[in-house]
Amino acid sequence: MKAVVFALRSFGRELRSGEVVVLLAAVGLAVGALTAVGFLTDRIGKAVARQANEVLAADLRLRSQEPVPSEWSELAAEYGLDTAETLAFPSVVFAGDASALSTIKVVSEQYPLRGAVRVADQMFGEQREVDGIPEPGEVWADGTLLARVGADVGDMLSVGEIDLRVSAVLTYRPDQSIGFASLAPSLLMNIGDIERSGLIGEGSRVSYALLVAGDAQAVTDFNDAIESELPDSVRIRSQEESSERAYNAADRAQRFLSLTAIISLLLSAVAVAMSARRFAHKRMDTVALMKSLGATQRFVIAVALVQLVLLGIIGVLIGSIVGYAAEEILSRILADLFAGELPNPGLRPVVLASGSAMVLLLGFALPSLIQLRNTPPLRVLRHDAMPPAPSRLLVVGLSLAAVAALLYRSVGDARMLLVLIGGILVIAAALYLVGRALVAVIGRFRSGVGVAWRYGLANVARRGRDSAVQVVAFGLGLTVLLLLTLVRTDLLEGWRQTLDADAPNHFLINVQPHELESVGALFENNGIPAPDFTPLVRARMTLINGESVKDREYPNEDGRWLANREANLSWTAEMSSSNELLAGEWWPADYDGPPLVSIEEDAAENAGLSIGDTLSYFVAGRDIEAEIASIRKINWDSFQPNFFFVLSPGALDGMPTTYISGLKIEDEQKSMLIDLVRAHPSISVIDLGAILQQVRGIIEKASVAVQAVFVFTLAAGIAVLFAAVQSTIDERRFESAMLRALGARRRTVFSGVMAEFAALGMAAGILAAAGASILAYVVAVQLFKLPYEFSPLLWVVGLTAGVFVVCISGFFAARGAVNSAPVDVLRGTAG
Amino acid sequence: MRNQSAVNDVVLEAHELGKEVSSPEGSLTILSGVSFRIAAGASVAVVGPSGAGKSTLLALLAGLDLPTRGHVVLNGVNLSDLDEDGRAGVRADSVGFVFQSFHLVPSLNALENVMLPLELAGHKDARKAAREIIEKVGLGDRWSHFPAQLSGGEKQRVAIARAFAAEPAVLFADEPTGNLDSRTGANIMELMFELNRSSSTTLVLVTHDNGLAERCNRILSLDAGRLQSDSEAAA
Repeated sequence: MKAVVFALRSFGRELRSGEVVVLLAAVGLAVGALTAVGFLTDRIGKAVARQANEVLAADLRLRSQEPVPSEWSELAAEYGLDTAETLAFPSVVFAGDASALSTIKVVSEQYPLRGAVRVADQMFGEQREVDGIPEPGEVWADGTLLARVGADVGDMLSVGEIDLRVSAVLTYRPDQSIGFASLAPSLLMNIGDIERSGLIGEGSRVSYALLVAGDAQAVTDFNDAIESELPDSVRIRSQEESSERAYNAADRAQRFLSLTAIISLLLSAVAVAMSARRFAHKRMDTVALMKSLGATQRFVIAVALVQLVLLGIIGVLIGSIVGYAAEEILSRILADLFAGELPNPGLRPVVLASGSAMVLLLGFALPSLIQLRNTPPLRVLRHDAMPPAPSRLLVVGLSLAAVAALLYRSVGDARMLLVLIGGILVIAAALYLVGRALVAVIGRFRSGVGVAWRYGLANVARRGRDSAVQVVAFGLGLTVLLLLTLVRTDLLEGWRQTLDADAPNHFLINVQPHELESVGALFENNGIPAPDFTPLVRARMTLINGESVKDREYPNEDGRWLANREANLSWTAEMSSSNELLAGEWWPADYDGPPLVSIEEDAAENAGLSIGDTLSYFVAGRDIEAEIASIRKINWDSFQPNFFFVLSPGALDGMPTTYISGLKIEDEQKSMLIDLVRAHPSISVIDLGAILQQVRGIIEKASVAVQAVFVFTLAAGIAVLFAAVQSTIDERRFESAMLRALGARRRTVFSGVMAEFAALGMAAGILAAAGASILAYVVAVQLFKLPYEFSPLLWVVGLTAGVFVVCISGFFAARGAVNSAPVDVLRGTAG
Repeated sequence: MRNQSAVNDVVLEAHELGKEVSSPEGSLTILSGVSFRIAAGASVAVVGPSGAGKSTLLALLAGLDLPTRGHVVLNGVNLSDLDEDGRAGVRADSVGFVFQSFHLVPSLNALENVMLPLELAGHKDARKAAREIIEKVGLGDRWSHFPAQLSGGEKQRVAIARAFAAEPAVLFADEPTGNLDSRTGANIMELMFELNRSSSTTLVLVTHDNGLAERCNRILSLDAGRLQSDSEAAA
């Protein structure tokens, strides 16, 4: 109790003295980074949870590429269940001459069976829940869609062959996708209008669904009754499966961001450890004095602990506020990437971050406090009397335990945790060695420079260990920021340059066989060569070598997905120019034998397929068996229509076929697309340029968000610098006084100190530029298979930013040391 | 004769004290075979040239450090029998300090610095007692100032108030005027002797200043770690 009173009494003064500011800042930063990410993921998590029980807009959904037979809905009615029908497909929507790709969602009267649709009466207006669906002749359109075509509520939109009036802005539907908003914004339309629109033809890319909801037991009974009877083409999904997937996606995003925040946390931990050492060191005199006045060890450590916990609490408060503010900004940046608005975050992130901050403080500051406890009282008489250094085992053990405790929440698996900690240790050790090497190299230059620089460089070399830690801390933050800014734009630019100038920028999909001729003619009339059409047949893979695709084991999940999803098949006599044969043989142009199939190399690898295997497909009520004859590599960048599975000529004869085509259309020729779509409403035109633009927008926004998290990393690097400078401040004060007593001008001493920081900044810049270049190379060459170009800008920006940031921070950290009057310092009466 | 009469009143006893430390050149003897007894209420000066072992002796007598040979009995307790916390307890009950460089806790104001030993000793009304003594040392109007806001002389007055506050059996002073100008130093010593007289506190004073030493009842003279002379002062 005495200890608490004493700790509280002197705490205010300690705070005002500024000595603990760095410790406070380090804790605040760690908490800030954690809460910013925590708040954001909490919001997303809540959005997911809110939507999870309505993602289907029903309890059960039967989905098929063909209309769901009415017998299923009749059966559902027998079980006392409600039903609704929906159709969804992509189509281009017009308002005057402006057009945009949209997901048309056609719904029947009872939609949605679960959850509610929300609309607003004007763009950005207040939203409200509605009962029912758009009247015939009307649509509810997503705000994004209206913005793209420049329309508003009350305007007419051309959908297929008919014009429909926009009667409201669609702000939310229960079955919209969670997470990143769909590229094609939705349009909600009454099922009564679909016939007239002419949008549905044979082989159209329509996804039909029957929604079912009602009493839980009845739903289960109905599910059991139909499960075995459903044809393979009908997919059934229950509420639980859907919410599970949504949760998993949110969980992965959360883990990724938490791990990002952990980097800031670890750097803050370094700053905490450094400033705690200083915290303890500064208290040694007071502790020795208190002991000489009769204080026990318990009292001494209790005082220090109480003050440390108080510091932790203040750090948590500051950090939470900073984190909350950062998250507000982040969620605004990200807002339009997410479908629907995000709910307000709860307090849980603050609780978690506070816990983490305390673990951090205890793990990284406790060894110093334990050392403090052993301060000999003799120190009041002999200032060189020091407590024994804390045992290495204790320091390493406590800090590792703290890191493990902090990481465990993000990783959630003991084995992964070990791998991660091992990885962190290896990377940290490697970076540290690089840092030391850089510091050593810089130290060597000191014979060739003037007095100020010599003094500065000598300091860098002398404090080798601390210098290396600072270089690494800064270098890391800078590396990531360089990657996310310069390298990202370089990569996107590099990728664009690899694209063939004549590569298609538009796709036509869903062209019916009888339209081929008229569509070709339309192009020729507009001075564009008639495009090549590639046939497409939709099928479902049923067996691989006679074994059901559902039961088979696959080398990985991608393979399982590929085998179980709806497959797009094509056939051709000649291999596309954008393909390269890797194994097997291509069939002769006049091949007329049993069906053969050629598959893409990644598909083969993921699904564990090789030449000679037989694949069975179910196509429009018929089974087809084809033997794998060859394996191809596809150049996707060609933007030519390409397929994982290509069959030999004749294999798919008589199957429902549509055609697709990729073609290059110049901006000035674009108006002909309107005529095309008006004449052939069921053809979808996809503007690749617009989609690329959107993808770029998404990448940019997502990287801004990640960058924001890494700003905390950079700030933590600054905290490390401050902590390092502060731990040497007495030494610096003394040296500065000595130099000035020896006749150096303040300017000279100051230049020396700045030279030291400039050297540190340069080393950090080198590390960052090199790190970013290497990572950029790996990402470009390994991941995206792009040629990598050395970027001098990376080095210019890296070095400049490194020197600039470190010098500015160093200036504020060290100016006090230079400004003290020499006489006070040398007499020992300063401060 | 004096020793005879004071046997029962001995407050501090050094018995064959020796201190050796290890150094790169081997073991170094700082103190050797120092024995004496100090009666309650006495004022004793420890003098000697630099490196004679004065501060080491002070540290051993106050239990801040342990001797390698011999032992110290303070207020009837053998300090060598106690652990660090035990010795801290003895200091809380019976010892006060005045240091050359004041050693005030910078984060506490003058009054709080004076309250510190009182609170550590479990004094019931520390604030009141501290206010009284701080008035006595002439800082009644500056009690709320922090050390950084006080002059050297004022700091040492606070230190003296702190040292006397808990009415210790023994007060150790290590070069108390070393950081003060001669006039302030004289005032400070005046204050110390006055408090020493008015209380029953025994004063052990380490000093270079012969003038100061001569104002004590007894002078212990150290050289090269050995007790050279033990004389009653003229005063």
